[in-house]
Amino acid sequence: MGDTFAIKILSRAAGKKVREGEIVFVEPDYILTHDNSSAIVGKFESTVPGGRVRYPERIAIVLDHVIPAASSKHAAGHRKVREFVREQGIANFYDIGTGVCHQVMPEVGLVQPGSIVVGSDSHTCTYGAFNCFATGIDRTEAAGIWITGRTWFKVPRTINIELTGSFSAGVSAKDLILTIIGDVGAGGANYMAVEFNGPAVGGLRICDRMTIANMGIEMGAKIAAFPANIVTSKYFEALDVPITDAIWSDFDAEYARTLEYDLENIVPVIACPHQVDNVVPVEEMAGMKIDQIFLGTCTNGRVEDLKAAADILRGEKIHSSTRMLVAPASRIEYLKAMKMGIVQDLVTAGAVILPPGCGPCLGAHQGALAPGEKCLSTANRNFKGRMGEKEAEIYLSSPETAAVSALTGTIRDPREVLK
Amino acid sequence: MKVFHYPQKDINTDLLFPGKYTYTCSTGPEIKEHLLEDLDPSFAGAVQAGDIIIAGENFGCGSSREHPSLGLKHIGLKAVIASSFARIFYRSAINQGLLLIQSSEAVKHYTEGDDVTVDPAAGEVRIGDRVFNFPSLPDEMLEILRDGGLLNHIKKQFARGDGA
Repeated sequence: MGDTFAIKILSRAAGKKVREGEIVFVEPDYILTHDNSSAIVGKFESTVPGGRVRYPERIAIVLDHVIPAASSKHAAGHRKVREFVREQGIANFYDIGTGVCHQVMPEVGLVQPGSIVVGSDSHTCTYGAFNCFATGIDRTEAAGIWITGRTWFKVPRTINIELTGSFSAGVSAKDLILTIIGDVGAGGANYMAVEFNGPAVGGLRICDRMTIANMGIEMGAKIAAFPANIVTSKYFEALDVPITDAIWSDFDAEYARTLEYDLENIVPVIACPHQVDNVVPVEEMAGMKIDQIFLGTCTNGRVEDLKAAADILRGEKIHSSTRMLVAPASRIEYLKAMKMGIVQDLVTAGAVILPPGCGPCLGAHQGALAPGEKCLSTANRNFKGRMGEKEAEIYLSSPETAAVSALTGTIRDPREVLK
Repeated sequence: MKVFHYPQKDINTDLLFPGKYTYTCSTGPEIKEHLLEDLDPSFAGAVQAGDIIIAGENFGCGSSREHPSLGLKHIGLKAVIASSFARIFYRSAINQGLLLIQSSEAVKHYTEGDDVTVDPAAGEVRIGDRVFNFPSLPDEMLEILRDGGLLNHIKKQFARGDGA
């Protein structure tokens, strides 16, 4: 039997053949941190006072979570990060307004096929879209890697997800990954890698792969990865970043489990409160009143997502019984959307545009909900209290479902409009 | 010693520590005030060093925030015993030096009022009159846990002169 992506990439990094269950020490290619860098700086300084980071060129810091600063305490945190990157000579620093870290990292060429990336953010698994072994760690571990340059992994077993067919009108990548999470469960891929294989993979755009890989953590996965193919090559060609280290599973790799999905059979779905695996078809929820709609985040804030919404909202008005917030995933995506007239369409329809960043997703600022309110969001988590109010309800959907629902202020199946 | 029993599955990081505080609270005392706030508002006032949490499957799922593991270590929680743990939380607990015990049998056996004791060296949990064994961590992790967490472990490595 052949080897999985996880075994092959960790074997290469460890410089020896590894087996599942083994603990290996590796030096990650990049270590991402964000607003939480200020706390990590504190840990770094108390562990090695006056010390230098081991590999400044491998550290990337993006301020995205609470931007612009919501209070002087947040501003002090941002300032501490800016001072630290200057002192330590960390060039890969991206200040407020650049975008959500998981959008920025690939945009600036800091994730490449075959690289190992860790980040003090659970959605670091997004870079699996680019054939990376990418996973989340806590702040303490990030401080440790700043100091030593290395960390450990337990070589995971792998779930193989075989994709065939193509999406029907009104159905998109978000519906697929929510359906998968509903089947696998919130802890169903715990400690495991997830690989996406099959003939449909080649037809998935980078934005689709990012939406899918991004939510791997919502079923507990350590990583969620795609092979590098022509779509990947074109993305990096445009960035002028050569692909030299792409790596993928053997055709006869041994998997813990294989699941098959025909994209043809996927329907628009919604994750209902308060767990991401609480997934039902949109049509079952049709008619439910929604107080706020949020389009954006590392899951669905790219120009393709904004365009999907603008195509529905162009020339229409967002219903007066609801409100819609839009946060582009990055400055680059924002500029693309402006050039294409998408921002004009969304604002004309009544949407409120937020700065490129995490926006209301994590409940620390912007777009908070009142007790009892319901939000339909294109983000990745609907945990109780996630958006800052434990008595509010969060429903997760595709951009298409979010936009169609904005027209009536109630949940609607996008296939009513997109045929 | 008190046991806090939360048998439901998928207790996530927002229930353990709400995201709205993540960028304004980062020290043990700041975190303690909001620990488990949206799960059990009485927890922060009632918990004491040496107490134990018993929980269901996939405990700690969600965010990579370390406030739950850091906070629980800060108050001196003896251990979290759960049917299973989410991986980032599991890793974070090792990094903080917090003992996690995965034993679905022990969790199933527990009923309110049972006496619970933990012997990490022997790999044993005693619940009422029954003893459950849990497997030891790999040596690399055990060393981090024994040193009192990752950063203390790194400090000790540096002091011995074998740091990076």
